[in-house]
Amino acid sequence: MKKLWHWIALCAVLLTVGGLAGCSNQSVAKRDVLSADMKSKQITWGVKSDTRLFGLENIRTGKLEGFEIDLAKAMTKEILGKDGKCVFVPVTSGTRVPLLKNGNIDAIMATMTITPDRAKQVDFTHSYFDAGQSLLVKKGSPIKNIQDLNHKGAVILGVSGSNSVKNVAKIAPKARVLQLSDYAQAMTALKSKQGQALTTDNGILYGMASENPGYEVVGGNFTKEPYGIAVNKNQQRFRNKLNWALARLEKNGTYNRLLLKWFGNVKGFNYQEMKR
Amino acid sequence: MLEIISSQWPSLLSGLWNTILCSVIALIGSLIIGTFFALLEISKYKVIRIIGSVYVEVFRNIPLLVIAMAFFLIVPMYFTKISGFTAGTIGLTLYTSAFIAETVRAGINSVEAGQLEGALANGLTTGQAMRYIILPQAFKVIIPPLGNQFINLVKNSSVLAFVAGFDLMYEGNMIANDTLQTIPTYFIVGIMYLIITLPLSYYMRHLEKKLA
Repeated sequence: MKKLWHWIALCAVLLTVGGLAGCSNQSVAKRDVLSADMKSKQITWGVKSDTRLFGLENIRTGKLEGFEIDLAKAMTKEILGKDGKCVFVPVTSGTRVPLLKNGNIDAIMATMTITPDRAKQVDFTHSYFDAGQSLLVKKGSPIKNIQDLNHKGAVILGVSGSNSVKNVAKIAPKARVLQLSDYAQAMTALKSKQGQALTTDNGILYGMASENPGYEVVGGNFTKEPYGIAVNKNQQRFRNKLNWALARLEKNGTYNRLLLKWFGNVKGFNYQEMKR
Repeated sequence: MLEIISSQWPSLLSGLWNTILCSVIALIGSLIIGTFFALLEISKYKVIRIIGSVYVEVFRNIPLLVIAMAFFLIVPMYFTKISGFTAGTIGLTLYTSAFIAETVRAGINSVEAGQLEGALANGLTTGQAMRYIILPQAFKVIIPPLGNQFINLVKNSSVLAFVAGFDLMYEGNMIANDTLQTIPTYFIVGIMYLIITLPLSYYMRHLEKKLA
């Protein structure tokens, strides 16, 4: 009898936890992000802090720097006016959607590809950057493109939660994909030969190659990865406002200026193709 | 939640299997290594005692993640190829063995000094005395803390997720990222850990009652 009570108590605890987890989202879904942000004069952005050129924490100053950071600042000013404030919350590919869902961040601008699967969970703005997936290998490696990795025994490194690991599993189904928790770790794993190639979007790979001279991007792009800003479902007003701000920045030249600032010196980056 | 279970069952199952495999290997390995270093720590010779305590202090005081990472990243750079699963399991074994060494040492110390003296007086060598007289009594005393260590070990095996070891936590992360159903996924993963740890915890309790 005593044992039975143990089990009943355990089940009760589990159900409570499950129940709490299930209903905690409702208040977040009802909140109107745009009016809340207009009132508080600040937008909370989920951004990368480990990705060179897009969002990287400067170790000396502790500030985040990158194309997405600058774009987020410009969009915030566009929407909230001159005294609008940005709050940046560093996210990873794995944590960004949960953080958005539970209301810790208002929008994600973190090298997030627009995909149909994700569009079921979050709403995307128009694309603000057209990336494509590529490969980073050690200089002199026999691997020249993704097909060279489509055999048994090949190991490709990626970052968990990113769209690139899903793509590569489709294009090179025979290779094994190891998913690590962030780009710095994936790069270290590539250096210690845990895999033959590291795959993710070209923009990120260019940033890594510029930091690690012994490595190069090969094979061109094998997918199209349009990056979009993600907001919660049922926040159409906020999303429309973001689209409006993005279109204005594209029109008045701010977008191109930022693109040139961050990617102008990157080898292999085609500014003419990417400018808007 | 049921939808995740039904659609992701193969990967959950393979994750569960890898977690169990890693736990069993690490459990046996750490028990052997831990006992060995416990014996070093109570040796008559100062040099051997120092070796034992340096080992224990090093592995006990470094975070498990750092140890696993070191095996995953540094070993292949200078020595040999090593998979995430192997690196994580070795790291987990060494880390846990340090705690087990301390537990076993405490157990040995809890056996009265007279037992060892008596055994030696009856003509047993120190090794035989340990094997037949001291260790059996010591293990009886330390079953509850050993049980704690084993349960911790199963949970700590989630460190494999960070070195691409394809364990339950790794698969859970993948599923959460794929489906974006984070909370239900981790809820299921938590229950699957309970499936391993609850029987273990009940068995340790049973063992404790049986031997006491």
